[in-house]
Amino acid sequence: MMFQVYLCIVLAPLMGAIVAGLFGRAIGRAGAHRVTIGAVAISTMLSAFAYWDVVVAGNSGFDGTIYTWGVVGDLEIAVGFLVDELSATMMVVVTFVSLMVHIYTIGYMRDDPGYQRFFSYISLFTFAMLVLVMSNNFMQLFFGWEAVGVVSYLLIGFWFDRESAVRANLKAFLVNRVGDLGFLIGIACLFMYTGSLQYADVFDAAPGIVESTMPGLWGAEWSVLTFACICLFIGAMGKSAQFPLHVWLPDSMEGPTPISALIHAATMVTAGIFMVARMSPLFEHSETALSVVLVIGAITALFMGLLGLVAHDIKRVVAYSTLSQLGYMTVGLGASAYAASIFHLGTHAFFKALLFLAAGSVIIAMHHEQDMRRMGGLRKYMPITWITSLIGTLALIGTPGFSGFFSKESIIEAVHHSTLPMAGFAWLCVLSGVFVTALYSFRMYFLVFHGAERMDEHTREHLHETPAVVTVPLVLLAIPSMAVGWIFVEPMLYGSHFGESIQVDAGRDVLAAMAASWHGAAAMVRHAFVTAPFWLALGGFVVAWFLWFLRPDIPARIAHAFGAVHTVLTRKYYFDDLYESVLAAFGRGVGSGLWRVGDVRLIDGFMVNGSARGVGWLSGVVRRIQTGLLYHYAFAMILGLLLLVSLFVMVRL
Amino acid sequence: MTGLPLLSLLVWTPIVGGLWVLFAGVGRGPSTVRAVALVVSLATFVLSIFLWAGFDAGTHEMQFVERAVWISAFDIHYHLGVDGISLPLVLLTTLMTVLVVLAGWVVIEYRPAHYMAAFLIQEGLMVGAFSALDSILFYVFWEALLIPMFLIIGIWGGPRRIYATVKFFLYTFLGSVLMLVALLYLYSEADSFAILDLHHVPLGFTAQVLVFIAFLAAFAVKVPMWPVHTWLPDAHVEAPTGGSVILAAIMLKLGGYGFVRLSMPIAPDASAELAMFMIALSLVAIVYVGFVALAQPDMKKLIAYSSISHMGFVTLGFFIAFSLMEAGDATSAALGVEGALVQMISHGFISGALFLCVGVMYDRLHSRMIGDYGGVAHPMPIFATFMMLFSLANSGLPGTSGFVGEFMVILASFKAGAWIAVLAATTLVLGAAYTLWMYKRVVYGPVASDGVAALSDIGRREFVILGVLAVMVLAFGLWPAPLLEVMEPSVEHLLEHLARSKL
Repeated sequence: MMFQVYLCIVLAPLMGAIVAGLFGRAIGRAGAHRVTIGAVAISTMLSAFAYWDVVVAGNSGFDGTIYTWGVVGDLEIAVGFLVDELSATMMVVVTFVSLMVHIYTIGYMRDDPGYQRFFSYISLFTFAMLVLVMSNNFMQLFFGWEAVGVVSYLLIGFWFDRESAVRANLKAFLVNRVGDLGFLIGIACLFMYTGSLQYADVFDAAPGIVESTMPGLWGAEWSVLTFACICLFIGAMGKSAQFPLHVWLPDSMEGPTPISALIHAATMVTAGIFMVARMSPLFEHSETALSVVLVIGAITALFMGLLGLVAHDIKRVVAYSTLSQLGYMTVGLGASAYAASIFHLGTHAFFKALLFLAAGSVIIAMHHEQDMRRMGGLRKYMPITWITSLIGTLALIGTPGFSGFFSKESIIEAVHHSTLPMAGFAWLCVLSGVFVTALYSFRMYFLVFHGAERMDEHTREHLHETPAVVTVPLVLLAIPSMAVGWIFVEPMLYGSHFGESIQVDAGRDVLAAMAASWHGAAAMVRHAFVTAPFWLALGGFVVAWFLWFLRPDIPARIAHAFGAVHTVLTRKYYFDDLYESVLAAFGRGVGSGLWRVGDVRLIDGFMVNGSARGVGWLSGVVRRIQTGLLYHYAFAMILGLLLLVSLFVMVRL
Repeated sequence: MTGLPLLSLLVWTPIVGGLWVLFAGVGRGPSTVRAVALVVSLATFVLSIFLWAGFDAGTHEMQFVERAVWISAFDIHYHLGVDGISLPLVLLTTLMTVLVVLAGWVVIEYRPAHYMAAFLIQEGLMVGAFSALDSILFYVFWEALLIPMFLIIGIWGGPRRIYATVKFFLYTFLGSVLMLVALLYLYSEADSFAILDLHHVPLGFTAQVLVFIAFLAAFAVKVPMWPVHTWLPDAHVEAPTGGSVILAAIMLKLGGYGFVRLSMPIAPDASAELAMFMIALSLVAIVYVGFVALAQPDMKKLIAYSSISHMGFVTLGFFIAFSLMEAGDATSAALGVEGALVQMISHGFISGALFLCVGVMYDRLHSRMIGDYGGVAHPMPIFATFMMLFSLANSGLPGTSGFVGEFMVILASFKAGAWIAVLAATTLVLGAAYTLWMYKRVVYGPVASDGVAALSDIGRREFVILGVLAVMVLAFGLWPAPLLEVMEPSVEHLLEHLARSKL
């Protein structure tokens, strides 16, 4: 029975997408949103049921084949489901956020001519994401992985007549493809050494290849598992926008806001986090790979947060915040606190989707103005958006009691306990990140909802709270942003919530070490007031309050005083310049050079047309010999005969 | 069904139909000609469905074999048969011909009877080449094939068609002359022209190398492999849409087919010895040509270079098999070879579809240059959707057929050497870059000109053509098992044969 349920969870959104996409004109706008929302609602309810079945009721999950994709020799590649505690958790998060975003879209895209197309895309995305999290093998994982990337590509470029949008989506796709290159090589490596693409087989075989090495660069011998894990993680760096493959995420804000919430905050970008957690039986065998994960995550967590301080576009601030929070999740993975990362993934999905949708609500009210320099004082006009934004912000900075507090605090604590060589550096990064998070979050909050009203007169006159299809999802997301931390911190981190689905090496089990001093969620909140993160967050809040509420004239002066730093930040550490002006230009230059020199000049000019010219020259010479005079021919014949005879005689002799 | 000479019907129905169109059709109106051409191509396609239905996927033996003495003085036979390697190619040929006839429906106004006749005759010759089991018969079909394509480009082609046809003809002809020499030499050794007999003729190492190189000259040009690929972009640019489709979808596959049917089984030791060389050439095709594609301002040239790059996976998949067999890994070797074969079929659909897409735009705006377009999605949303699908398939998106072959070959090639897989996998980035960059500049963005704004979306005929290909691309992407099942016994037999040294 559960098999049919799982099938239905995945296929319902696909059906919705097909109906809305192919028959959008026939069923009309209302028809399109009814079909897709109905389908995703079914998915959400069934996912909740599956979650209850596997996690609460404790029934054994499912690991089986749907159909055989292909058979080659001894290798059977199958499409199948793995539903265990980890995937069931992801299914609930994905479908719930997706449902909220579907409803919200009715309001946000109300006047858009591509209404049906949009619903078709986001339902298709939900399908692809579910395929990804429910996969039980690497082929299907890669399918889901690329499929969510494609829908993201389509949605970033949704307003395809905007040059900036279609630049951003191409950039997003190509940067992700760089990650996917690593991902595919990782899969190929695992296939080579385990002979299978099924998770179960690969995980079973992993302990047997811990000692295996492969020839690496410069004659070195590389550990197979380390190589494979780092390659897989390169894929995660693309999808989860980790430094230095992070450049596509801020630009992806060119897409409509609902998808920024759904795809570029709550779900798709967390696929990399999910994947590493899913592969914990592999990563646990390689301390080197875990260290890479830890360091990359730490760098992303701190340095991407800093960029949020100088952005003026409200969505870009939230996007940098997303980058930074993804960095936190990645650090958690590196510290082997997979459960804490997934927990943060879940809480972040709620409060970040909330923040994005609230930003979208502001953008609707401001008539698609996104520059915070032309906002201010909005709390009077949009009370629901204001309060829910505040809740989201408090959850994001880790205010004790809010959901983000429990998850982020646990990650910081886990990094503190980690014994990896770079754990000290990572701990410094994530601690300072707390201050930065509070600073940019409240900067945005004060700039948007408080202070002087900097918009023009026309916009101000039309300011009012957004309709219910927008505000209801905000409220529905605000509730879990406050509540899920209390409920899940204990079972997820210290209980048996994830069962066997996440495996941690006993010597590296930081969460087990933390369990010793665990006295319940309430005690954790009480304890928070004597820990560094709380005071750092408070410090961030106070500074933000001072700079952007009390004395809004100061930030410009600071920016002026630290001109060099400010420039580096506004130029985003020059990564965009590096990739666009150097790497992309280099690629185009190589292509052009190989074509003009290699193909046109050498192969065609020299070899092909050259040999044609050679033949032409030869025939010219031959033509000159053929004079048409009989005595010339007769002479030549006699000469030839003499030559042949003398040759014959010489050889015989 | 077994009583009917199905393969002969598949070869001769389109040829006879084509000759009828050629001689009787000229005096009649173009609508009669088109209708007859469509009926003939559809009938051939239906016949090929029967071939597939009657095919036994449980054996590597040649099926539907027909054998009769043709020229007794030279021991040449009219000898036909198909196995799991050639059957999918025959089906691809019959399907694509139907689509090409449809694609030329109202577009071709100049001498429509000759146009349709050329494609029908060509279809028969291609089926003949894929099913010939006598090497001279194969050679005859192989050479005869050049003539209709030569005429198609030369008569219905673009402004530089003479340069393109001469280049095309000389390139391919020079290559195939060496093949003929090799076949004659093999006859002197084996006393037979039957291809299956040639597989078993014992040959010394030097002889094998010479035979391999002679075949290579013919097949490398056809595939085409770097550095004998430059005829293809020129031929594509000048060819009419239908010519480009057949050229890319089927004629290139003859080169790949030649490797598995002749070079590798006849000269296994030489193939194994030269495998690294062939792998290197394949990788150059994938990477070098991928970069070159990036720089193309002409859509047809871009797709032509993309074809060369994708065909690199075919030769790569074939030639990694040798080191994998040596390592005793038959499954991976099969993965490589079957991946290469799947890539041939898939590339037929995808490149054909992309050339048809360019044709749709060319019919309306009479330009192939990327710079003349922009914002096509506005006036042509349905077309833009189809082209998006095919562009993604060309980028190797999982769920489309373009993924299957590349995935299998990359998985297998990692075992042959990690660096081979890494270089091959650069296609993930390069393929997406040149395809989607083109898509962005042509279809996305603001409407570029009044000409683009006035474009009309695809009609019912074009919808059917692109729709059929879209179904194919998705079906084989989501479920390649039926295709692999047909190939499996023949590929396994081939690999067993390759593993046995002739020395």
